[in-house]
Amino acid sequence: MSQPTMPAPPAAAVGTRTLTYAEALNEALREEMRRDPRVFVMGEDVAVWGGGGIFGVTKGLVEEFGPQRVRDTPISEEAIAALAVGAAVAGARPVAEFMYVDFMGLAMEPIVNQAAKIRYMFGGKARVPVVFRAQEGAGRGNAAQHSQSLEAWFCHIPGLKVVTPSTPADAKGLLLSAIRDDNPVVFLEHKVLYATKGPVPAGDYVVPLGVARRAREGQHATFVGIHTMVHKALAAAEALAGEGIELEIIDPRTLVPFDLDAVIASVRKTGRLVVGHEAYERCGIGAEIIAQVAGAAFDALDAPPVRVCGRNVPVPYNARLEAAALPQAEDIAAAVRQVVA
Amino acid sequence: MVDWLPAGLDPGRLRDMLRTMLAIRQFDQRALELYREGVMRGTTHPYIGMEGVAVGTCAALRPGDRITSTHRGHGHCLAKGGDPRLMMAELLGKATGYCKGKGGSMHIADVDAGILGANGIVGGGIGLATGAALAAQLAGRDEVTVCFFGDGALNQGVLHESANLAAIWNLPVVYVCENNQYAMSARADKFTSVPDPTVRASAYGFPGFSCDGMDVLAVYRTVADAVARARAGKGPSLVVCVTYRFFGHHVGDPLNYRDPAEVDVWRARDPIERFRRELIEHGVMTGEQADALQADVVREIEAAIAFARSSPEPEVDTLMEDIYA
Repeated sequence: MSQPTMPAPPAAAVGTRTLTYAEALNEALREEMRRDPRVFVMGEDVAVWGGGGIFGVTKGLVEEFGPQRVRDTPISEEAIAALAVGAAVAGARPVAEFMYVDFMGLAMEPIVNQAAKIRYMFGGKARVPVVFRAQEGAGRGNAAQHSQSLEAWFCHIPGLKVVTPSTPADAKGLLLSAIRDDNPVVFLEHKVLYATKGPVPAGDYVVPLGVARRAREGQHATFVGIHTMVHKALAAAEALAGEGIELEIIDPRTLVPFDLDAVIASVRKTGRLVVGHEAYERCGIGAEIIAQVAGAAFDALDAPPVRVCGRNVPVPYNARLEAAALPQAEDIAAAVRQVVA
Repeated sequence: MVDWLPAGLDPGRLRDMLRTMLAIRQFDQRALELYREGVMRGTTHPYIGMEGVAVGTCAALRPGDRITSTHRGHGHCLAKGGDPRLMMAELLGKATGYCKGKGGSMHIADVDAGILGANGIVGGGIGLATGAALAAQLAGRDEVTVCFFGDGALNQGVLHESANLAAIWNLPVVYVCENNQYAMSARADKFTSVPDPTVRASAYGFPGFSCDGMDVLAVYRTVADAVARARAGKGPSLVVCVTYRFFGHHVGDPLNYRDPAEVDVWRARDPIERFRRELIEHGVMTGEQADALQADVVREIEAAIAFARSSPEPEVDTLMEDIYA
């Protein structure tokens, strides 16, 4: 019996349930693996450990799809990335998992020099439909080698797409888009968000790459941030509302491609911009966002934009020190007060 | 003739193999000249002296099989069926080249022909080849991937990671190491911990074979066995082809690290001279026919150069095309 080699047409989205961020990612993987026989998952401890992944993202997949399509790998990050790239060029659609984004330091060669450049170097005659999944971020006492936010590394490289979901629904919808994309996508989850819950549409729910989400409407200042910063900004906005300041929150959801139009539309309304990320401030994506807004809509800015970012320090272990290294809701509120003053 | 002719080859194939070896040499000889004329940018890494490895290996492959190549990749590409016109146009950076002028010598690829690209990173193709073999295994296709790499890549970590994965997953990949003795100025015997890298295979529990890379038929026999193993689902293997690059690492090599007398010893073992002599001795062709083959190859490469020279430069507005699909 020959196995199917092409995907079935997607089913329609139907109904909404409450899922965790991890469950939503799991659902996206499961549904896309059911639909498209070319999709497979590989990474460290994705099949056996705890029933599927240290955060449960790949839970139960090996039972449904078998060890051929859900592959535990040795601890060989460069080979995980490189094999995924080679498999993608040869017609498969791999989803390669890196247990921590920090470990992708061992895999930069195939991601940066191979995956990102193959299509261009080959004159547009290759497709590299690979997803590199990892989780990043601090807040769990994992210390300096397990807590970084490294999205800027990947945003710097032409040829990669970079996705950073902050809610369960976006986690599902963006992962489906990432797997269906014919380009290498670095899909960065946040370890603290895995247990967060939210409404997630059932069935084929797709969020296109490059379209921002307005997480809160406001008219006095615009906050642009990813991952946990969206939630911290929502908390800050509640406090600010009591002071008569209405904060608009834009979650870009994907950093490459970046929905600059959505950010500029908001800044044209508010005249004020604060950007935030857990990643180190120096050369972080906040600097890029501010530069792009300044270049395209300098006339709309009524105050200098402000960054609320991780301090330029390795993430420390101690809880007080870790909290001090990370941007907090109070820091966002203070920055907003500064730009509206 | 029966004893001498390896299984799977016939006189027509043998003539084709000699022709391809001649074409590789002529192509790279002319590429060196074009570089020195200032027509070609960047650099070029001549494959001259190593033709038996690419041709012997690719003769053991089917059209649906794949290869990954190296920075010294023109020979692999021609041996796997690459079009010299599109290759030469790429060397000259023209819009008609394999990569529309965006890749140059080190990035020539023809994915549809199973050529997953030359590679500017030493060892860069090793993981890609292993992954391509994984894709074939997952899809239930009996395609084999050959990974060409040099002795310089023997000490890249990705080889260890990939070989281990290929072994535990029983992947249909053949690692063909072209031991041409030098990684730029680094002698393989000084920079690799074992005198014969073939023994490395035993660390992964798969077979390692060694062969004379200056003997195209020895390469063919050895690789054909490894490919048959892989195709039969018996997993990966390593083939070390002992060879030599007659020229330097690249066109600007100072060549202060090797004795010219050593080069003479290897040049006396020229794989093309040897194969031509064998074919004549065994009555596959006459000397006149071999000369005619060479003349035919010269015409073909000159036609490729003429095509490349007369091709247009890429338009500047193509700069930002093909970054994403």
